[in-house]
Amino acid sequence: MKVIVDQDRCVASGQCVLAAAEVFDQRDEDGVVVLLDENPPAELARDLHHAEAVCPALAIVVED
Amino acid sequence: MTIDEAPAYPMARAAGCPFDPPPRLRELQAESPLVKVRVFGRPAWLVTRYADQRALLADARLSSDVTSPGYPSPTGAPPKSDGGVGIGFILMDDPEHARLRRMVTAPFMVKRVEAMRPAVQRIVDDLIDDLLAGPKPVDLMEAFALPVPSLVICRLLGVPYTDHDFFQQNSKQLIRLDVSPEQRATAHGNLAGYLDNLVGAKLADPGDDLLSGLTERIKAGELSRQDAAGMGVLLLLAGHETTANMIALGTLALLEHPEQFAVLRDTTDPAVVKGAVEELLRYLNITHNGRRRAVLADIEFEGQVLRAGDGVIFPNDIGNRDPAAFPDPDRLDLGRDARRHVAFGFGVHQCLGQPLARMELQVVYGTLYRRIPTLRRAAELAEIPFKHDGSVYGVHALPVTW
Ligand code: SF4
Repeated sequence: MKVIVDQDRCVASGQCVLAAAEVFDQRDEDGVVVLLDENPPAELARDLHHAEAVCPALAIVVED
Repeated sequence: MTIDEAPAYPMARAAGCPFDPPPRLRELQAESPLVKVRVFGRPAWLVTRYADQRALLADARLSSDVTSPGYPSPTGAPPKSDGGVGIGFILMDDPEHARLRRMVTAPFMVKRVEAMRPAVQRIVDDLIDDLLAGPKPVDLMEAFALPVPSLVICRLLGVPYTDHDFFQQNSKQLIRLDVSPEQRATAHGNLAGYLDNLVGAKLADPGDDLLSGLTERIKAGELSRQDAAGMGVLLLLAGHETTANMIALGTLALLEHPEQFAVLRDTTDPAVVKGAVEELLRYLNITHNGRRRAVLADIEFEGQVLRAGDGVIFPNDIGNRDPAAFPDPDRLDLGRDARRHVAFGFGVHQCLGQPLARMELQVVYGTLYRRIPTLRRAAELAEIPFKHDGSVYGVHALPVTW
């Protein structure tokens, strides 16, 4: 799987971290999303699509 | 249809039905995705359905700036005089909104909030100890629901909790819809003055809290002292009224649904508690007067054109009760997956404090009923005063005993 994040759009709501802490983290200074794993394993598909759906800033794209 | 014939918004809830959105609103949702309504005599669009609400709230052609032409004022005041309550970045558009918001996001990060969980657990446990040792019946709002988030946000911001009577009185005025523009301006002025003094004190003697962090921005010339005080007002206000109402109204909803109450009373599983919090947020959606926006550029939508200068309202309460998004939406079901609700809004203005709110609610809902399993109402449902008049829904008081 491939995950793309757009740090410029991110509003640091942390929803992605709540959905998939293995893949997303937040930058210490301002909470902006940090991608920990660009090609996460397929088992995480459900969590990742959930992160994509709940990100209020539409800053996450997940490709299967 | 002329504007005088359009339904007025906000709408009234059905008598004796305190947890459900207004019935008329639900009829409108079933009839049409987009409805013309009347807000203080002026037309605005109502976006009735969940998927459409999410799509449009994420659309940058819609402005949150109260001074944008057509912005549907929640108080009837013209946009300019609403500016008096211009509480920080919530009523601004990007890039200024993002610039200011990013200055205060760090303390609300998921891991920073998790680090506060033990302290919040202590606050909740201590307040429950006090409840159990004190007289009954007791007003749960006053004795528990308000103090929890107030103590937490005061600690986070660096505001002395000893002043809580002062700011609770003033913030109450700010979220009421039935006060005059003058009363509103006075309350806002009081809070802004208070926060400005506090920022001044922290400029001289910074501590380890959010307001002290902002003084570094002031010293670096990135933020004016006035904007810092404005952000303080916003966070103080947003930090305690909303969560307090979720605690009290959520408790009442659970007391009216004993089998759901039992789910929380009988569990120590954090996953169950987390799920319950999301469902209560969805079901109650306490910000019941809709998110508001103004159209900046024409948008084609559902066979209509939202024109530049039109006002748009997103009643997230019925968005969260849309059967297309949540099957059997009027059922409070703590076991369902409700995480995609829009109780915190959607788009770049989605609630900044939600990780904190969620954590506080998880601690509260996961502790209160376990520790007081016989909790019950100490007044008839009909006697409980609901906040129909506020921009945040809830109860003014909740007498309980055990
Ligand atoms: S959910 Fe979206 S906006 Fe929130 S932190 Fe993650 S990427 Fe940023």
